[in-house]
Amino acid sequence: MSRIDRRFAALKAAGRTGLIPFVTAGDPSPQHMVALMHALVDAGADLIELGVPFSDPMADGPVIQHASERAIAKGVGLADVLDWVAAFRQRDADTPIVLMGYLNPVEIHGYARFAQEAVQAGVDGVLLVDCPLEESAVLQPLRDAGLQQILLAAPTTEPSRMAQLCGSAEGFLYYVSFAGITGAAHLSTGDIASRVADIRAHAKAPVAVGFGIRDAASAQAIAGFADAVVIGSALVERLAGATDAAEIATRAQAFLAPIRTALDTPLARH
Amino acid sequence: MSKIVDYNAYPDAHGRFGNYGGSYVAETLMAPLAELTEAYLRLRDDPAFIAELDRDLKHYVGRPSPIYHAERLSQHVGGARILFKREDLNHTGAHKINNTVGQALVARNMGKTRIIAETGAGQHGVASATVAARLGLKCVVYMGAVDIERQKINVYRMKLLGAEVVPVTSGSKTLKDALNEAMRDWVTNVADTFYIIGTVAGPHPYPLMVRDFNAIVGREARAQMLEQYGRLPDVLTACVGGGSNAIGLFHAFLNDADVRIVGAEAAGEGIATGHHAASLAAGRPGVLHGNRTYVLCDDNGQITETHSVSAGLDYPGVGPEHAFLKDAGRADYVGITDDEALAAFHLLARTEGILAALESSHAVAQAIKLAREYPKDGIVLCNLSGRGDKDVHTIAAREGVEV
Repeated sequence: MSRIDRRFAALKAAGRTGLIPFVTAGDPSPQHMVALMHALVDAGADLIELGVPFSDPMADGPVIQHASERAIAKGVGLADVLDWVAAFRQRDADTPIVLMGYLNPVEIHGYARFAQEAVQAGVDGVLLVDCPLEESAVLQPLRDAGLQQILLAAPTTEPSRMAQLCGSAEGFLYYVSFAGITGAAHLSTGDIASRVADIRAHAKAPVAVGFGIRDAASAQAIAGFADAVVIGSALVERLAGATDAAEIATRAQAFLAPIRTALDTPLARH
Repeated sequence: MSKIVDYNAYPDAHGRFGNYGGSYVAETLMAPLAELTEAYLRLRDDPAFIAELDRDLKHYVGRPSPIYHAERLSQHVGGARILFKREDLNHTGAHKINNTVGQALVARNMGKTRIIAETGAGQHGVASATVAARLGLKCVVYMGAVDIERQKINVYRMKLLGAEVVPVTSGSKTLKDALNEAMRDWVTNVADTFYIIGTVAGPHPYPLMVRDFNAIVGREARAQMLEQYGRLPDVLTACVGGGSNAIGLFHAFLNDADVRIVGAEAAGEGIATGHHAASLAAGRPGVLHGNRTYVLCDDNGQITETHSVSAGLDYPGVGPEHAFLKDAGRADYVGITDDEALAAFHLLARTEGILAALESSHAVAQAIKLAREYPKDGIVLCNLSGRGDKDVHTIAAREGVEV
């Protein structure tokens, strides 16, 4: 059983909704990245999504675009991200880590080399935004090495394709709550609830919902029907500009704590 | 790679040209792309659609465009005959209209009411705004802030045509970033919006569809060669940014094994300086903007900023079919520097009375080089893909002239 699977099993057994913060690796500060990851866990993160900066993040809104630009300007690359994961693992052997990003940095690093180094560092899964199921043959070396490929499902996904995604999902299935880019804010909880209910009926893997969740209220609304919520842009925005480890930890704590509390006191189940 | 017998067999059903192409996009776009592919494959065989497209190309675009023997230029060079396929004579001044007329008809057939486009030099933006105005569709054009500055005339033309021009300030603020932003718009507004990509890049079916709409250039040229010269040219050349005018000229000749094919990329200040946009000549295979192709990137996989005097060639990727043709050895891709392109621009202006676009001036420079390799009865056929009116300010500024 993988670290991701163990974590979701434990959440299910405890009747809790998972909290998955996303941060862009290297932002706000490359030096304090490992401290930030520990702070996220201390503030209640069940799994960490670490964004690998890319110059052309087509699916991301301005907040994550700018975070990526800042990280790239400081010279952050895939090798740094793997180093941070390895350093994080020295103190935390349990919190799963998923690298989220785009295909080109992995392609240029080399799939086999990346797979070996990522597993060695303690990465559990990858979510490559621009690598849909149809193109995922290139990721075979990653699967062979034991990395789980997290798939996205979207409001536009057709039923037949959804069945295919549900059948292929590993770790968890990431449901994109609306057709748009990260950080936009037009959440329609009713539509999401019925889609996610449908997916949960077909997928063995748990379902995480992301895009557009910004605070305790929106997280709590989603918590009624999802196995986990992903919060990215709002957190990245809150962390931006923090310069020392203490301030970064304080901001992460202040942002995530109310969300953690809200998730642990869900509204009446549907 | 094994010997390819039929270049018309590409791409396959997944949009792959050998190792290149494909659909590297976020899940949200998979359904809209499938819908577009289905619609396009249906329409391309629909006699009513073909008839309407042909009518538009003839009466609105002004096709066929002539092939023109540039006698004084050829004499000046002292080698083979240089012939130009005059895409600069099309309505709106470049080959770009061939594609936008076609895609706009697809958009209307799919019931879309809003057109979006990305543009570099502004030619594709103008061509998109033009067809949107004609069909009464709303049009939004994304353009890098840097490009807006160096292509002011085209920005104003788009506004005159009723389009909204949105400056893109992320990344390098050029064509690649405009493409990212247009893709973000599309993913947000897929229900009513049709994205007219201006080059043979992007996810499937765009490289196929844009090629098909531009392939009229080569089909006409091939027939004109046989009719007027009784033979095919020895060599073809065209400039390659994303590669739509080049694939447009090349495609009808790909199965003519005796016709040599050379693409001219923007070598900017010289490939050795790193300030260039020669993805095929100096890049490596990677994934950008929805397809696998040659890209310019660093060892971390970050796409690098490109440089060219011509905004339309200033792109760090290239259409996947060109990547395929390069690996197959069917076409060669070489660099032409800013200075070489400008010298060709002036020579063409003085010998033939034609102001070529800076993009096309790269092809002219390459045609001049190729002409020297062939005897006087040889024929170099060059795609003169656009006219240079939009570039006069850039050229004047570069040469220290106040206009």
